This record gives sequence, structure tokens and C-alpha cells, in this order.
Amino acid sequence: MKAKIIITPKKVVLDPQGKTVQNALAHMGYNGIGAVHVGKYLEIEVSGEKETARKQLDEACHKFLSNPVIEDYRLEIE
Amino acid sequence: MNFAVLQFPASNCDQDAVHVLKNVLGQSARLLWHNERSLGNTDAVIIPGGFSYGDYLRTGAIARFSPVMQAVQQFAANGGPVLGICNGFQILCEAGLLPGALIRNRSLQFRCEHIFLKTATTDSPFSGQIPLDKLLRVPIAHGEGCYFADEATLAGLNAKQQILWRYVNAQGERTEQANPNGSLENIAGICNEGRNVAGLMPHPERASEGLLGSADGKLIFESLIYWMEKRLAAKAA
Repeated sequence: MKAKIIITPKKVVLDPQGKTVQNALAHMGYNGIGAVHVGKYLEIEVSGEKETARKQLDEACHKFLSNPVIEDYRLEIE
Repeated sequence: MNFAVLQFPASNCDQDAVHVLKNVLGQSARLLWHNERSLGNTDAVIIPGGFSYGDYLRTGAIARFSPVMQAVQQFAANGGPVLGICNGFQILCEAGLLPGALIRNRSLQFRCEHIFLKTATTDSPFSGQIPLDKLLRVPIAHGEGCYFADEATLAGLNAKQQILWRYVNAQGERTEQANPNGSLENIAGICNEGRNVAGLMPHPERASEGLLGSADGKLIFESLIYWMEKRLAAKAA
């Protein structure tokens, strides 16, 4: 199985990187570009029971892979 | 006093901290490798600056799970003083020993320059001997030093006087321009509720000798030493 984890900065946290990318897109002439948030994407190979893997990785996301003070995460297993 | 200065792969201010403690302040100081499980005979812990574990994932995120940090958690829980400088501050936040987090500088630039610090309270082992009207001229060198905490945490920090240092201009005023990284309320350093764990982004160990342009940083280490000596005397009495 493969776990896919997407980590993004919380909306209340200043994201200067996202803001800079947003400005650059506007400067390049792309229309209708709104807020940009730059995050991280992790792919993790896992084996065993899907539910066990989900539970384990959810804990790992909370404890280690993301920082709940500043980030949100989304975990998908396929 | 016996200082333990932690050393992670890619710590780079560890030797500077040991130098200041030993050669400038006459203390006993030794390096402690990240794989150590015990702090041994230690009165205070310094977590130095650097880029522990290459800053992979997030600054301090991997270092906080190293064996030595489990010993530091225990040491701090027992009231032992712990000071994190720069990357050390980031590690303490990741470890949950200090509230909040340090994120990318608002300017996106790595900032390396001298700044002024204003001490907000002398009620801590790390600031007890700093006159409140004395501005500290100390260098910063970081890309991720923007202090962030949610509103409730920030209100708690203010209410409990846990903010130790703020970035100010040469006149001692807290202005946007004097804020080098976008930190909330110009916060440069804080302590925990127990007041025995503190972290700051600026580098006092790089400003502890006149030869280096400023010896203001020494006041932070001297405060800590004074506090420990007083505690020791109180125990003996």
C-alpha cells in the first residue's frame, strides 16, 4: 500500500512563501489567482492491515510528520 | 557549575557555547552527543544553534526525538534549567517544552545581523541579572525565527510574563522595523510556565566578549549562573 500525506500551513499562520508564489503568478499574467499555500507531500510505502496502517500513520502525522501548532494534514491510503 | 551542551549532527554553535562557559565564565562545560541517554552530573543544559539533522522535515523536528532529548525532558520536569539558542529554541518548541513554533522569516530571507533586545522581565533564571533599561546588542542568524502561537497561547504568555526578550530598535522601542523575522509582538525569547526552560533566537554566545563587538550576551549566562549558585546555597542552608 501507499500512504499519501499532504501537509499545509494552517490558514491563521503567516505563509510568506505562498504569498510570494501568488504574487509571482499574478506578475506572470495569470488571472483569477487567489491565495496560495505551499505545503509538503509525503509518500510512504506501508504493509499490513490497512486500518492498522492508517491508525499508526495518523499518530505519526500528529506527533512527528506535521506540527499541529502551525500545520494541518490530510492522510490517504491506497 | 556543570553545563552540558548538547551536540546533534549539524549543530554548529556547540563549541562557541562551551568556549564562553569555560573560558569566559570559568564554568565546567562539556559536549553531550545526541545518542546519550543520561545527562550525568549536570546542573544546566544548553541546546545550541545549528541545523540539527539538516533541518529536515521541520527545524528541530527530528532532534526532539533523539535519546538525549528524552533525558532533557526528565531534567526539565525536575526543575533543571534548560536554555535553547536558535536551533535549540526551535527544538524546545517542537519538543513541547516551550509553547508555539518558529516558522519561516516573513521576508523569506536568512537574516544575519546584530539586533537589539529588550528584556521584558527579570523574573527568570535567564534574565534575573539584566537591568531592564539595558538593551542587549546580540547577533541573529536564522531563516526560521518567526515566532508563532495561537491567540490563547499568546495571551497566556503575556499574562504569565513568559516573554523574556523582544526585538527593539536602538532607542528601545518595539517597532515593525526592528522585528527581523515577523515574530508576533516582536518576541525573541520566551520561557515555560515553570520558568526553568527558555529559548531565544539571537545568539548570546556570539556576543560574550568585547573582542567580538559586544559582551551583552554574557548577561544571560551570568544570570543563569547567579541563579544556580543561589539555588545551591539555599539547598545547602
